[in-house]
Order: sequence, then structure tokens, then C-alpha cells
Amino acid sequence: MKPFATLLDRLVLTPSRNGKLTLLTDYFRSTPDPDRGYGLAALAGTLDLKAIKPALLKELALEKLDPVLFQYSYDYVGDLAETISLIWDGGEKEHVGEAEQPRLGDVVHRMNSLGRTEVRAAVRDLLDQLDHSSRFAFLKLATGSLRIGVSARLAKQALAEMSGPDGLKKDVTEIETLWHGLEPPYEPLFAWLEGKAQKPVLATPAIFHSVMLANPVEEGDLDKLNPDDYAAEWKWDGIRVQMSSFGGTKKLYSRSGDDISGAFPDVIEAINFEGVVDGELLVGGTARSNSATRTFSDLQQRLNRKTVNTKMLEDYPAFVRAYDLLFDRDEDIRARNYLQRREELAEVIEKAPHDRFDISPLIDFQSWSQLDQLRLAPPDPVIEGVMIKRRDSVYQAGRLKGPWFKWKRDPFNIDAVMMYAQRGHGKRSSYYSDFTFGVWAEGEGGAEQLVPVGKAYFGFTDAELEVLDKFVRDNTVERFGPVRSVRAEPGFGFVLEVAFEGINRSTRHKSGVAMRFPRISRLRMDKLPRDADRLVTLTALVDAKGGGE
Amino acid sequence: MKPEALLHPTPAGLFCPLGKFHVDPVRPVERALITHGHSDHARAGHGKVLATRQTLDIMALRYGEDFTRSEQAAEWGEVIDVDGVSVHFHPAGHVLGSAQIAIERDGLRIVVSGDYKRGVDPTCAPFQPVPCDVFITEATFGLPVFHHPDPKAETRKLLASIRQFPERTHLVGAYSLGKAQRVIRLIRDCGYDKTIFIHGALAKLCDYYVSQGIELGELRPATIEKKDPSAFHGAIVVGPPSAFQDRWARRFNEPLISFASGWMMVRQRAKQGGVELPLVISDHCDWPELLETIREISPQEVWVTHGREEALVRWCELQGLPAKPLHLVGYEDEGD
Repeated sequence: MKPFATLLDRLVLTPSRNGKLTLLTDYFRSTPDPDRGYGLAALAGTLDLKAIKPALLKELALEKLDPVLFQYSYDYVGDLAETISLIWDGGEKEHVGEAEQPRLGDVVHRMNSLGRTEVRAAVRDLLDQLDHSSRFAFLKLATGSLRIGVSARLAKQALAEMSGPDGLKKDVTEIETLWHGLEPPYEPLFAWLEGKAQKPVLATPAIFHSVMLANPVEEGDLDKLNPDDYAAEWKWDGIRVQMSSFGGTKKLYSRSGDDISGAFPDVIEAINFEGVVDGELLVGGTARSNSATRTFSDLQQRLNRKTVNTKMLEDYPAFVRAYDLLFDRDEDIRARNYLQRREELAEVIEKAPHDRFDISPLIDFQSWSQLDQLRLAPPDPVIEGVMIKRRDSVYQAGRLKGPWFKWKRDPFNIDAVMMYAQRGHGKRSSYYSDFTFGVWAEGEGGAEQLVPVGKAYFGFTDAELEVLDKFVRDNTVERFGPVRSVRAEPGFGFVLEVAFEGINRSTRHKSGVAMRFPRISRLRMDKLPRDADRLVTLTALVDAKGGGE
Repeated sequence: MKPEALLHPTPAGLFCPLGKFHVDPVRPVERALITHGHSDHARAGHGKVLATRQTLDIMALRYGEDFTRSEQAAEWGEVIDVDGVSVHFHPAGHVLGSAQIAIERDGLRIVVSGDYKRGVDPTCAPFQPVPCDVFITEATFGLPVFHHPDPKAETRKLLASIRQFPERTHLVGAYSLGKAQRVIRLIRDCGYDKTIFIHGALAKLCDYYVSQGIELGELRPATIEKKDPSAFHGAIVVGPPSAFQDRWARRFNEPLISFASGWMMVRQRAKQGGVELPLVISDHCDWPELLETIREISPQEVWVTHGREEALVRWCELQGLPAKPLHLVGYEDEGD
């Protein structure tokens, strides 16, 4: 348990991706089976561990500690698992040394073999034997709330890293191909990664297959390409998914391979085909049923849920707009070309339920400039650009440059005024690098005042950060802990050009609007705050695109 | 005599009316008895100061030789008469020179422990329990959540991180008096013998510790000599935590921020402070040590000064031991 606990302690406080990767790789290299496999499962969200209710934990804690002292402690720490891990006094049973503590694998086996009446005593016993940081890790696992900022994808990246020095490393897409066919503690996977065994063979193809990704169109890219070689589709503003169905096993995976089937029973139940389909998950109605596709904020109501209730299913019906076909029944057709695959896809979708599946239509175009015009004035507000795909492209996992491009609508831009700045983390902890910006609105008594509309912490270069940081330090008006408010007056202040992907109404923000993906695109030192945009400009953008609550 | 007649809290700090002196006053007074050199306990501008030789030296280093009109050094255990009140100093184990002060008159003894700890610390004399009627204890870490781990195990985390991230400069935040020197000593005791770089604010105090016989190994100022940040790859730099949020920290390569403090026990504390590598190393008692000390001394009464008084008072009540909070103001409970 100790190595996993130490890993968690470090991951929670390590902001950088590379730092996390190093910690994970070291953990997988230095921890024996089956512990590392259970650790991997815990991080990737595939660990099945008997759940303990917080109420039971609290009861156990109160066996040890006066309720008033417990309450003081809980008030101070603010997190139940952490409070219990800290106040617990294991007495003589507590092992400080790593060697004597129960191992993660033992803990998992022991917990999962318990009968209902044995849980209380077993948890008490385990808490006694672990040290505080292992207790914390155990409690987080058992209460199912491991929030440490590590995605399943990052854990798999670390697996690729551990598999060897540069050049001999296994590819992360290969790991992802296997991933969903394997189970904790993943011993065959580790054996293969370490070169001690053959690649594991999967029992069913109903697993996630790494998706093919597109590169953004950059300046001059299209000049070199012949439009006749390419097909175009709309880029829909939902989430990319993969449907996998074989022998009665039906799964819906996110782009990164997370199994999201549980949250979308409406889609899963409607699957009447066998194979693997690539598509966009959306909310609303299909084109075939003549009803409108709804916005991303509607889709968000359905995301990040483990289960879903009937009302949700009625109010926010989900469907899949199909892009591609990877497997036709159990036949792998990824090596056929795009147009051939589309033909097979069309047949599959034609026979599938009309209200849950449709096909993403091809756009008719002759030249890039014509496509550009279509891109800028799409026929549906839920379109965020166009996809350009070589007609002869095979389906290849990863993001290769050439076969597929995405050409998004230009992001929105506004000029806003810097209002607050906060120090960054890690490398940036000595810089003010998180900026809250505002625009003008009519305040009480009709006077113009700035209202904060968003926060951005990237988009600028290191050199620009120096300029921003100096401005913050030289023009601080007030400090609130790590946050500083800066001078922001009509005639003096710092104007930032903020780019963002979308905008919605929001009841949680004082300004009434929330931006998606805002970033600082330019420093407008040529402008004064009085030249910055007004809130009405933003609300007009919301109205124009029909954003909901 | 009621104990409150011998010593009671005032806005300036604890006051003994019979001896006409204050203990650790937070504003200038005529006569002050000082437990240790941390700036919230030892302030400049008192008429007379009675403290241990080391505390007086530290005050002179920090405030200049003229920090008081008249100083008097107390030897360990020496009974000193102050206007008919007997006082004697005993080691508190907090930082170099730190003392508990026993105050006695007509058979009634009150011990002001100041800040203290029970854990092993080679940079100062260990805490000595002094039997007394009233024990005045701090409660900086006076909550059952605080269990300070073995400081050497914490130090080894730092050394492990340097092996894991050999290109990053490890900035270790530590308060300049006591904690910094203890951390350096711990790093040495864990077998690290390379140069340790220190922030300018630590130089005088480190020199003083060395002059008092505490070996700290090779220390160098953390200044860039040839504008070459690679000099700090994988290096340990010790400095006051405030410096790491300053432009000063930019000279280092991908700095990894560490902080040696008892507060690092609570993850959110570490996270809020942007600390990547918390080291739970404290110069105060943790909860079990506070309880153990009170049990060992078994006074008639416990008074609790700064920190989390309410939990410790509650615990005393549960033991049937009279206890009260003193509500003294002006002592930073963050300074560990």
C-alpha cells in the first residue's frame, strides 16, 4: 500500500504532465505484481473494490475519538477521508515501515472477499495497520473518490514509457487497443511491456480501438492540396465516440477509451448492428427524424455521469451521428479507403433505428475558397467547422499529418481588461499567470463599470508573460491571498485580446455569460481599457448562436 | 496565592505583577523575559531583557546590538531573583537557545513552556519536563489530526525526489531561524554531502549555529555566479518560503517547491501554497506529544496559549484536569 500511497501524495501536488508521467513510470517500474496492476486500475478507474460508506467510517472514527474533538478536526481539515487518516491512532498495530504494511494487492483481495458482517472489523483492522498516508489512499479507494488529475490516457502513456528506452518503447495506441480486453491486475500486460511475454491475445473484438485524429488546418496547408482528392464533412460540436458491438456486448467509448456506456442506455439499447462505428455523440434529434441537433451545453447535462434518470433521458435524448466504420461485423475494414468505408457505414446506419443514428453528410464543394465560405456560414449552429478527409485514406490510429484535417470556425474574439491576477503553479509559481478579465457594463446609477467575464491562463508566450507579470507587480491595488487586483480604469490598465471557442448563458457567473476555452490571444498595449468591449457584445454573441442555460 | 496573582494575560502579553516583568511581550515593556528568538516572541525595544545567552545572541543578530538597553543571560537551571520572584530557565527543544521559564513565589510554580517539542533535534538542547502547579502550553498543532512523522523519513523523500527529478532545482522553504538549520542538519544526517545553497536571509543565522558547534556542511549563497542556471540542476536550495513566490526564484531551473513545516500534514494546505513536495518537519509538539507532556508533568492546572486552544482544553476537561485558554494575541500560529 505504501508505494501507491506515496505515488498519490506526489501526484496530487504535481501540476506538470511530465512530472506526473515520471512519477507514474517510476511506480510501474519499481512496484511488483499484482500491486502495480491494482494501482493502475485505481488510476484508470477500473478497480472494483467493495465500497465503504462514509457513515461507517465516521462511526469507526468515533469509537476512537471524542465527538467534539472529531468535529474540530473535521472542520479544520474539511475532507472526511483525510480527517480519519490523520486522527487514526493504530497503536501497537501501526506499522511505520513499508515492508510490514499490507500490500495493495492484499488489501484488494481481502476487501473483496469479505461478507457483509465482516466489513466493519476488517476496515478497522486495516486502518490500524496502515500509516497515515496509506490510510488516506485506502480510504480514497474505498469511498471511490480518487481525484488526482490523472487520466486513464496518462496512465497508459506511462505504461508505454516504462516498456523500454527510446526506440524500443511500445506504442501507447497498441496499449489502448488491448486495454479494454484486459482486467486488473493486468499481469499479462506488464509481462509484455517488460519483454517477458508475448502480446496478450484478446477474447473479443468488442473493445476500444484507438481513434484516428485530424490536424488543424494551418496557414498555407491547403494551397498544396488538390480539393479533388478530399471529401468534406461538417464538424459537429459534440463528443467523439466509438460504438462497439459484438455477440451481445455493446459498448460506448469516449475518444480516450473510457467506457461511458452506463450514462447512455438510450444509445446502447438502440444498437442493432455488429461492428465498430466512429461518430459524434450529440443530444436532440437525428436528421432522419427531422428534429434539431441541440447545443453542446445540452449535451453537457448528460456527460460525466455514472448513471442517468428517466427525466434526463426524456429531456436530453442522445444520438450518434456516424463518421466512419472500423469493423463490419467482425471484419476489420480499417485498411479500406474512406469512401469504401462510408459505403459500408451507410448500409449499417440505414438499418439502424432512425431516432438514434444518422450519418454525417458529405459537403459538396469544388474549391477550398468555396469550402471556406461554407465553413464560415454553416447551416446549423451546432457545427463548429469542417473536416477534410482524403478520399483514399485508410483508418489509422493517432494524429498523422496529411490524411485528415479539421478546419474550425474562427474562434470568437473580444477585447477585455485585466482585473485580477493570480500566481501560477509549479514552474510558474513565481509569475502572475492566471488572469481574470472583464468588460464594461452599466452599473448602479448608470455608471460604466467592469464586470469579470472569464479567466485565462494560457495563450501567451513566455516573453509576453514577463510583460504581464511586470504589469501586475507594478500596478497592484489590493491583495487577497495569492490574488492581486490591478489598476483597471478607463484611462489606465491592460487590455487583453481574448479568444474563445464558444459562449453560453450562465447563472453561476455574475456577468451572466460563460466562455468555453478562453485564452489570451494578444496583448493589446495599443488600446486603453475604455476601448475594450462591452457586455452587450457578449450577450449578442450568445443570442446569435442560440446558447441555452 | 491564586496563580492568576502571580501571572496573568494582558494586552502586552503574560505579566507578573510581583516581579514587574512580562514574558514574550508583543509590545515594548520595561522588563521582558524571552523564551526564544522567533520574532513573534522576541521583539526589539524592551528596557531590560532576561533570556538564555543564545537567545540574546540571536536577538542581537536580528535586531542589532542595541535591541535593548540592558541584557542579562540566564544559565540553564540557575535560580534568578526578579524583585522577589524566583525564575529559572530550562531547555524547550524548539530552536537553539529556546527555553521554558519557571516562575515561582511562595511555593507556587508556573512554567511558561513557550514553543516546545519532544522529538529528536540535534540542533538544540532537548525539552526537559519541569514539575509545576500550572503548566502553560502552546497549542500550535493542538488538534488530533497532527501526528508528525519521523523527520528523517520526510527528509529522505526530498533525497528521493532529487533522484527522480535530477534536472530540477529543489527549493526547500524553511523559516530562517531554527527550521532551516534543522533541515540542513537532517539532510546531512541522511547522507547528502554536496553543497547546499542558501538564501541570503539565512546566512547570519547559519553562521551562528555553526559557531555554536552545529555542523551544517558546505553552504554557499544561492547566487548565480556566471549567469548559468545549470549550476543549480538537481541542487538543494534552502530559503524562507516567501522568497519562492518572488522573482528571486526565477534563477533556478524548473524549480520544484518543497516546504518543511508541520502544516504540510494537511494536503489542502500544501496544495493552496503551490507546494509540490511537502515535508512534515515541525519544531512544535504534535497532538500525542502535547498530551504526553501534560500527562508527564501532571500539573494542577493547564493554561493554553496560542494555537488551537479549544481542542486541547476540551481534552483536558475530558481528563478532569482544569484548563483554560489564555487568548493571547500577537503570536503567529503559522510560523512553523
